Amino acid sequence: MSKAIKKNTIQLKFDSARVYEPAIESKSAAKIKPVYDLFINGKFEKPLSKKYFNTINPASEEILSSVAMAGKADVNKAVLAARNAYERTWKKMPAAERAKYIYRIARMIQEKAREFAIIETLDGGKPIRESRDFDVPTAANHFFYYAGWADKLEYAFPNRKAMPLGVAGQIIPWNFPLLMAAWKIAPALATGNTVVLKPAETTPLTALKLAEIIQEADLPPGVVNIITGAGDTGANIVNHADINKIAFTGSTAVGKIIQRAIAGTNKKATLELGGKAANIIFDDAPLDQAVEGIINGIFFNQGHVCCAGSRLYVQESVYEQVIQKLKDRMETLIVGNPMDKNTDVGAINSREQLATIQRYIKLGNQEGAEMYQSACALPKKGFFCKPTIFTNVAQSNRIAQEEIFGPVLAIQSFRTDDEVIEKANNTAFGLSAGIWTDKGSKIFNLTSKMRAGVVWANTYNKFDPTSPFGGYKESGYGREGGLHGLFPYVKLV
Amino acid sequence: MSISSSRLEILKTYKVYIGGQFPRTESGRYYIASNKKGVALANVCLCSRKDFKDSVVAARNAFAGWSSRAAFNRGQILYRIAEMLEGRKAQFVEELTKQDLTKAAAIAEVESCIDRLIYYSGWCDKFQQIFSAVNPVASSHFNFSVPEPMGVVAAVAPQNTSLLGLVSLIAPIIAGGNTIIILGSTQMPLSAITFAEVLHSSDLPGGVVNILTGKVSELLPYFAEHMDVNAVAFCEPDNAAQQLLKDKAAMNMKRVIIKDDMKWSTATAQSPYMIMDFQEIKTTWHPIENIGGAKAGY
Repeated sequence: MSKAIKKNTIQLKFDSARVYEPAIESKSAAKIKPVYDLFINGKFEKPLSKKYFNTINPASEEILSSVAMAGKADVNKAVLAARNAYERTWKKMPAAERAKYIYRIARMIQEKAREFAIIETLDGGKPIRESRDFDVPTAANHFFYYAGWADKLEYAFPNRKAMPLGVAGQIIPWNFPLLMAAWKIAPALATGNTVVLKPAETTPLTALKLAEIIQEADLPPGVVNIITGAGDTGANIVNHADINKIAFTGSTAVGKIIQRAIAGTNKKATLELGGKAANIIFDDAPLDQAVEGIINGIFFNQGHVCCAGSRLYVQESVYEQVIQKLKDRMETLIVGNPMDKNTDVGAINSREQLATIQRYIKLGNQEGAEMYQSACALPKKGFFCKPTIFTNVAQSNRIAQEEIFGPVLAIQSFRTDDEVIEKANNTAFGLSAGIWTDKGSKIFNLTSKMRAGVVWANTYNKFDPTSPFGGYKESGYGREGGLHGLFPYVKLV
Repeated sequence: MSISSSRLEILKTYKVYIGGQFPRTESGRYYIASNKKGVALANVCLCSRKDFKDSVVAARNAFAGWSSRAAFNRGQILYRIAEMLEGRKAQFVEELTKQDLTKAAAIAEVESCIDRLIYYSGWCDKFQQIFSAVNPVASSHFNFSVPEPMGVVAAVAPQNTSLLGLVSLIAPIIAGGNTIIILGSTQMPLSAITFAEVLHSSDLPGGVVNILTGKVSELLPYFAEHMDVNAVAFCEPDNAAQQLLKDKAAMNMKRVIIKDDMKWSTATAQSPYMIMDFQEIKTTWHPIENIGGAKAGY
């Protein structure tokens, strides 16, 4: 005997023409110089290498600026400036004064927030909504948070005195360029270290804009040096004999190379590496919220997120329902011009990354998984990828094991708690996890059994300056954010 | 002539400790532990890679149970280990003097070990409170960070003591909920194995501590390479060995904990930071419902 299911929710009609008028952010509110030099010892200096490279807008493939390529001699110069600033100025400065400089940087980022957001979106391809509402304010807040720690360190480490390490070499990725610069620089400065920072090759502009602010803030020359370049520049920083600390965010493959490179030294390291997070949906979860969490987990920042919820596990009893809701929700995503304030999914960061993602999509199909992509139209120019999900995925499939770093989700089902704990932990990574259920005791069972550094329960992809972030296992070591983010930059005596 | 004076003494066989049992090395190999005068003290297992692999299996199997025990219970077990050691003090003093210590030094070493176990017993249910945080995030979320054990730790005991270095390393590692495979001192291996007997009678679940004897140079690469080991600990100021360890540890991003500047006999060698060296930090987020106008304003 069949019984009609009572429909008490409003059905969204996706076939009707619900078109948003474009709301394009203005490029003119940001100033990008045609050429950027290296920021060393408080000044912008021409590279000794005499080389420059172009940085482009991945949404249009237009050249935005030409940036200096730091060679070995430039790295040496930057490290020397940082060493001198450390010995002569920064480590001797009263901590409260150090704090005030960092506060200044925070305030100036806030003042120029709109400009930062525009440049971030132009250079990296992320939706302006995310740059404006997430990247830039969180970066400013990070400086603000750590500024306050500078003169309070004796409260952070009971029974110990915290001493700075010296010169920190910091290498950051292209997915959250300004925010990662903030995550690296703010705790280093607060604890009395000086910095040589290298932004990623494809997204150097907001870090260089930050260099301008640092100059404007009158930070003593050499305390922060920002040098641009590619992998070789990073290698020269890692291998430099006068660096005491390496902080790296990026791929696990490069993280391993770095650990090997510094194996024979006393350099300390913080490595924040790749991930393949499980996002687990139980049948008692609030499903509509969970679907929002899945969307946010994998499509936030085009999936260029190390902690992206790229493996979805749905309990069998609600599997069909969740997949249908997910597909429906995917159809409402606006994919396209990152400068449009309505855009949900922007441009893939680079041609190379787009090729990587496409290779994995092909692989997923070859491995026998079933693909679904949203029916959106993609812009003709630039690097774009449709939001993509795979069902019928096996645990051993490469799309379920390897980090894709794009808007591609691998979906599996499960029956029991124990089964999903096994599956979720069956990975070399351990950065993050997501759990969706209405039952408190189940949340704590799951959160305590996930071998991962950050666990989101009934939410996903949330970040805060006060909240420690970092991985277990091959997702790296060390924490960034919060009180625990101070540890990697101090020596306790 | 009394009967007892003609009685033949029973010599102790020094076997290793894996998964709560005392097997011989599977390799069938041995080496002779002797004192500084060259007097042979015992035939000791020269452990192989296979012994280490078996130990990792035992340690991994024990990890889920040990790490999820109540911290209070772990504290009680560490206390029990101290009690057992206190009861067998004389035996350890005798064994240490065989290994070239003066009687006074031997007594001091055993007593330091007992006190160190008591010290860490007390930390088992306290370090979490010192090193955890409730993080005041700006959004409407409850957010907290807590230490969690790294997992399976492969450690080389400090080589210049027979007992104190070993105990000083085992205690903070298991106090924090890890399981461990530890290689005793090559030169002075006897007390490591006798200590296993103490552990065995202390309610410590099998596999939580596994004790091997053998050569550091032979086993160290395997410690560093094993893909199911989460962390390695090393205490010698040997740059080449440290480099090898850090280099191979990169295979699965093992945490490498170097403790080469410790004075094990002093109080500086014990602290909750030693526990924290073998902990990860886990951060958990959950939304806080924020609907309606109800405020806790009473």
